[in-house]
Amino acid sequence: MLETIWFYVWGVAWAVYCMLDGFDLGLGMLMPFIARTEQDRRVVFNAQGPFWDGNEVWLITAGGVTFAAFPKAYAVMFSALYLPLLLLLFGLILRGVSFEFRNKVDSPAWRRVWDTCLVVGSFVPSLLLGLAFANLFRGLPIDRQGHMQTGFFGLLHPYGWLGGVLFLLLFAVHGALWLTTKAQGDLHRRAVAAARILWVPMILVAVAFLAATYWATPLWQNLWSRPFLLVLPLVAVAGSVSARAWLARQRWWAAWGASAIGIAGAVLFGVAGMYPNLLRSTLSDEFSITAFNAASSPLTLKIMLGVVLVFLPPVLVYQAWVYRTFKDPITEEFLSSEHSY
Amino acid sequence: MNTLTLSRIQFAVATYFHFLFVPLTMGLSILTAIMETLGLRRGDADYIRMAKFWGKLFLINFALGVVTGITLEFQFGTNWSRYSEFVGDIFGSLLAIEATVAFFLESTFIAVWFFGWKKVPPKLHAAAIWLVAIASTVSAFWILAANAWMQNPVGYTIRNGRAELTDFWAVVTQRYAILKFLHTVVGTYILTGFFVLGVSAWHLLRKNEVPLFTKSFKLAAVWTLVFSLAAAATGHMSAEILSMSQPAKLAAMESHWNTGRNVPMYLIVWPDAANERNVVQAWPVPSALSFLATYSLDGEVKGLKEFPPEDRPPVVPVFLSFRAMVGLGVLFIVVAVWAVWVRSNPLDSPRLLKLLPWMIPLPYLANQLGWTVSEIGRQPWIVYGVMRTRDGVSAVPAGQVLATLIVFLLLYGLLGAIDFYLLFKFARKGPAPAGRG
Repeated sequence: MLETIWFYVWGVAWAVYCMLDGFDLGLGMLMPFIARTEQDRRVVFNAQGPFWDGNEVWLITAGGVTFAAFPKAYAVMFSALYLPLLLLLFGLILRGVSFEFRNKVDSPAWRRVWDTCLVVGSFVPSLLLGLAFANLFRGLPIDRQGHMQTGFFGLLHPYGWLGGVLFLLLFAVHGALWLTTKAQGDLHRRAVAAARILWVPMILVAVAFLAATYWATPLWQNLWSRPFLLVLPLVAVAGSVSARAWLARQRWWAAWGASAIGIAGAVLFGVAGMYPNLLRSTLSDEFSITAFNAASSPLTLKIMLGVVLVFLPPVLVYQAWVYRTFKDPITEEFLSSEHSY
Repeated sequence: MNTLTLSRIQFAVATYFHFLFVPLTMGLSILTAIMETLGLRRGDADYIRMAKFWGKLFLINFALGVVTGITLEFQFGTNWSRYSEFVGDIFGSLLAIEATVAFFLESTFIAVWFFGWKKVPPKLHAAAIWLVAIASTVSAFWILAANAWMQNPVGYTIRNGRAELTDFWAVVTQRYAILKFLHTVVGTYILTGFFVLGVSAWHLLRKNEVPLFTKSFKLAAVWTLVFSLAAAATGHMSAEILSMSQPAKLAAMESHWNTGRNVPMYLIVWPDAANERNVVQAWPVPSALSFLATYSLDGEVKGLKEFPPEDRPPVVPVFLSFRAMVGLGVLFIVVAVWAVWVRSNPLDSPRLLKLLPWMIPLPYLANQLGWTVSEIGRQPWIVYGVMRTRDGVSAVPAGQVLATLIVFLLLYGLLGAIDFYLLFKFARKGPAPAGRG
């Protein structure tokens, strides 16, 4: 029971990370296509300004949950995915510093360097997250000792790429929708157009991914054994479809919220479909790392559950408060103050 | 080089580098909070401008602290997977608690502080920076409790082939953890104190913003002296605890080879590890080591020869780092006394003002030396007495680790240089003119 609770806590941490930082990453990738002037680029940076760092903590939490609740899964998964994971971290480092550094030297060349870091540092992590999740859904050739029997290039199969492209598109649409709430004028119009245009390939790739999942992974069969969980892929699709509908009705926040729910639904669909596997071995089921054979001791799981129940609700409250406090569109007055990126 | 050596170098690079930015975050968040609170309480605009100035430097420094911290959490899994699997039940949960109770708070409210000058009421704004200060202190406690557990594992049993938690309370309240926390945090405050003193002195010498930098100087002088003395006290208590929990580390710190009573402390020593002796050994203080370690002049202090060679830490780096750290600590006390002495009229002491900017790098060095003593002194163990470092490493191909190590060195070197350049630039630029922003 404890193991199952923690399995879903683990899934929720990843889902929240993707739905929150997803818009930062998406916005970063879109910047070169959507921001034409220096002012536009500053709006893109400041639209993420008060949020990206707090969002990124959800990634640390997801990693921490893996370590604390399923040490064996943390050990095997993170060492098996050594290169993609470190590339992801290098990307996030570049992205993180670009916020603080960009505005510190008054030179177009300097700013171009950090603009590039933001773009690369948003694109690479998004692609790799998708790639990594697709590989987790599909399973990895893990032997009895937990050693992976393939190299980095073994992760780059078509299903993996499809997952990577799906995440790129999900996040790009999510980021464009976020910008519709934060930008004004031309930039706002371009954000709306970008969301509209990108929505089409996103939904096509999403459908292709869900179909490919049927052949490439045991996810659907697994979900079918607990049919109530089929609500998760429905949520994913419904979220994405209603995002488009709200967009058409110019309800920007509702569109972004629907997209967030869609992303969370997509991640949870995958996670629930993996249950109880955290890392399925494609060599033999007995080598698979599951919520049960990887779990920490019941004492640790209980203590950590207490920590989550006591400390996470306030986190949700103050993070929501910050989203509310900084909900307004970015104005010229805001950009001219020294308290902006 | 094999995966083990490369992973050790990579971890050392990542932690040393991370800890270049942690100390200023720890101390400057509190000092900025104090300044903003004084500004509100006394209605003194100088203090608010001070908070903005020092807060800006805080943010430049914080940027690299954040991004380099994430890699550390993931590196346990990527490079030290067997260690992670073995200790995750305890060590992993301490890290997860750190994220849940501290990182969210810190990252969320630093944003409120930076972006919120006009968005939230002044008192709430000051509360935001206090929350950042509290969060960074809380985060330090959890990560240091985790480190303390590697140094002195308690509250666990070996079951199912791994260390499993039996007593959470013992893990978080053990003396080792409390002292580790106190001594580390105090060290970061000294660094911050000298940073503020050095930058203030630079501006005072040039007669920039004299009232504002005199206030900064005064606050930092007292702060630095208090924590320089506290470093000596907590350092002494740490040595005492080592004599019980990690005697081999203590012996290496002193390059002390033969177990004995009434052990003197030699002021001048040069170790010869190959022949298990000291080449030079002069100026003894009678029974000093016995007294410091046991509070008794004839207390027994174990020597390195007590331990089989394969269980001893490398003596030379541990010994030299410890000596250098203690020497710097004494220097910090002397300079801090001087600064407190002249705190109300620092302009009258140009010699001190000229010295202070040059002091800034020294506590950086002392902090790094302290970690060198702590972590090289822990070798050859990754969990002291329980698991050897070589048994904790991942089975990742050496080529991959080499590749990421090279990227780490290039990326960190470049970003570190840029960050210190910006700190330097904005420290010299001084606060924004009154009446702006």
